[in-house]
Amino acid sequence: MSTTTEATIQELAAQKYKYGFTTDILMEEFPKGLSADIVRLISAKKSEPEWLLEWRLKAYEAWLKMEEPEWARIHHPPIDYDALYYYAAPAKAVPKSLDEVDPELLKTYEKLGIPLNERAALAGVAVDAVFDSVSVATTFRDTLAKAGVIFCSISEAVKEHPELVRKYIGSVVPAGDNYFAALNSAVFSDGSFVFIPKGVKCPMELSTYFRINARNTGQFERTLIIAEEGASVSYLEGCTAPMRDENQLHAAVVELVALDDAKIKYSTVQNWYPGDSEGKGGIYNFVTKRGACRGKNSKISWTQVETGSAITWKYPSCILQGEGSVGEFYSVAVTNHFQQADTGTKMIHIGKNTSSTIISKGISAGKSNNTYRGLVKIMPGASGARNFTQCDSLLIGDQCGAHTVPYIENRNSSAKVEHEATTSKIAEDQLFYCRSRGLSEEDAVSLIVNGFCKDVLKELPMEFAVEAQKLLAVSLEGSVG
Amino acid sequence: MVALPTRKLEAWRYTDLRPLSAISFAAPPAVSATPELPDLPFPRFVFLNGALNAALSTGFAHAKPFAPVEGQGTQPMALINADYAQDGINIEIPAGQNAGELLLVSAASGAAPFAFHPRHRVKLGQGATFTLIELDQGEGIYWQNAVFEVEVAEGAKFQHFRLQEESVEAFNTTTIHADIAGDASYEHFTLTLGSKISRTEIEANLLGQNALAHLNAAQLLGGVQHGDFTTIIRHKAPNCPSRQTVKSVLAGRARGVFQGKIEVDQIAQKTDGYQMSQALLLSPDAEMDIKPELQIFADDVKCSHGATIGALDEEQVFYLRSRGIPEADARQILIRAFLEEALEPVTHDASKTLFEEVLQSWWSKQ
Repeated sequence: MSTTTEATIQELAAQKYKYGFTTDILMEEFPKGLSADIVRLISAKKSEPEWLLEWRLKAYEAWLKMEEPEWARIHHPPIDYDALYYYAAPAKAVPKSLDEVDPELLKTYEKLGIPLNERAALAGVAVDAVFDSVSVATTFRDTLAKAGVIFCSISEAVKEHPELVRKYIGSVVPAGDNYFAALNSAVFSDGSFVFIPKGVKCPMELSTYFRINARNTGQFERTLIIAEEGASVSYLEGCTAPMRDENQLHAAVVELVALDDAKIKYSTVQNWYPGDSEGKGGIYNFVTKRGACRGKNSKISWTQVETGSAITWKYPSCILQGEGSVGEFYSVAVTNHFQQADTGTKMIHIGKNTSSTIISKGISAGKSNNTYRGLVKIMPGASGARNFTQCDSLLIGDQCGAHTVPYIENRNSSAKVEHEATTSKIAEDQLFYCRSRGLSEEDAVSLIVNGFCKDVLKELPMEFAVEAQKLLAVSLEGSVG
Repeated sequence: MVALPTRKLEAWRYTDLRPLSAISFAAPPAVSATPELPDLPFPRFVFLNGALNAALSTGFAHAKPFAPVEGQGTQPMALINADYAQDGINIEIPAGQNAGELLLVSAASGAAPFAFHPRHRVKLGQGATFTLIELDQGEGIYWQNAVFEVEVAEGAKFQHFRLQEESVEAFNTTTIHADIAGDASYEHFTLTLGSKISRTEIEANLLGQNALAHLNAAQLLGGVQHGDFTTIIRHKAPNCPSRQTVKSVLAGRARGVFQGKIEVDQIAQKTDGYQMSQALLLSPDAEMDIKPELQIFADDVKCSHGATIGALDEEQVFYLRSRGIPEADARQILIRAFLEEALEPVTHDASKTLFEEVLQSWWSKQ
């Protein structure tokens, strides 16, 4: 490699996390640590009904009896759950309009390029921005309300639509599902609630930007999306986080329910602070995402671009119960420096003629480890079920690791399961071809990586796809050589 | 005794040994009956209920007396074997020798359940070649828990073909540990037809440049049989190829398992790993579980795996029918084609003929 390229690479490698900054807003904080009293306090603070408090306490009891899972290929110092804050909210009361929103906060969003006010209108995106734990601003609610769509924070939903929340919360991810889901169920602070009534096609793409801000605050979002018969919705989730040294725990739960002929598309661009080039700091992201295709011909599609976090532990799954239901998982996971990602999906085929597609692209660079872990399970009743899986890994540099751990379980002879996986590096001839046409090495790699991920990126909504492509290039800066 | 592994262990998640642990096994009884042996013109060792039978065995120039257990291994079954092993072959082929073929027969029969734990050792010197053909057969309820310790020195070539036709009430667990030096090769093929529960677990370490491992298998299972083929190939040196083809045909309530892990160390640049696993489910109650795993720490590698599970391709059936072949015949043709493909990795003529005959007779019983 030429010395100039090397110099550029050095320069790029030294580049700091673009989105690292902290907003100083007075936080209203609870004492550190977790106990039944804290759970009661959270619930009381949010004036929750008795049943929800009971549910939280049950989850807390279950969590106490569970052990942190150890099967994933991730390593981190033990998490001291008693050293965390379980609730944090901007100290000012929830504003009624944008004018009341803390200007500091708005500035933060501006730096992140979040289309909140006019930009939101231009982008045609309704944003339910979650700043730490309390939703501070929601836009486009009128348009959505006219269509009958409910899009609000889950705390609001508990107050205004308790019957819906009670019916669906925990119905896909039960309170005691796994260690991190149980923790979330006990202490979830806020999150989004979406309800698309029968026959309604959501008039716009829904979007929530999460941003972790308060120091030492674990984030426990809870998202619940319900699409009734014939309804459809596309939901976007994206995030960046300020730079800091201490690891932050994030244990979110996302539940999707699709009834007959309903369609839910859930897209994520995850760009939380990955830690510095020495691997210090960075977010621990332990997320439980699961969708239930309960109705006939329903469809749930997960698309994710994971470039951030020190640790990603995330397996967006589909339970394909309804006859003819469809599950999809499209994923790009990029790890660089000391990042660790253990991500994949589960497709559980229960109903007849259910089908699923899994496309996973893992890219490891630096000293990172990137694991695809997935399960395709065909139950005896799933006649005519169909799965296609493709997981490809790309290695950049010889200090990183790429791993593939697929589980395939077929208990129905009429089902058809296909799986392909490859691991390779960027081919010299591809690089050479690009270089010979005048592209810099960095650009050539970016181009090839984008091509490698194309099958996934094309599934993203347009505005996300643009952002994601840039993100890939930024994430891999300094990794070529 | 070391405890039997349970499904809580990741490596055993698909194979439940509770039916095995529910039985109390006695020491192997003496055998009087003579087993039926294939007509192959090779020197042979015949073990009856785990003990070498001198009358039925011929000599073999490179055989040494059974030696006490050396390497214990790490897998639970190998540890159990180490506690009980009393007999087995101990072969050392000197450098440069072409030692030809050797037949290893294990026959078992007895009234009450019994267990035996053969421990075999095969060592090839530099540039040596050797072919081992192994036949497992028996009647009644017993448990054969065998271990093979294999060492293949630089440039040596070891072919290992196994025909596992144990009684369908029996249990067979076989653990193979192979260290393969530079330019050396270990070619393995197991055809599993027998046993109620069987598991072949192979750990192959590619230790020098251009070392090669072929770990292939075919399983033909019916009734309530459970067959597990589990492998780990560790690429510990650059430029090593590894190949795996595993084919399963499952009828009745049979359950097939394939777990194949390829590990590539950082030093193992230019690794070329390929793995293919295909299963044909012939009955609605059959089950196949596949876990192909890649763990890669080097960047200049080519590793891929593929897996398919399903019934016969209806388009292929239709194609044959459209050419005037009745449906039942069309299905037979396709299943046989699938099986014959499974034998492709067997490069040794006598062994291939043997396997083909066995397939033929399995087929005629279906």
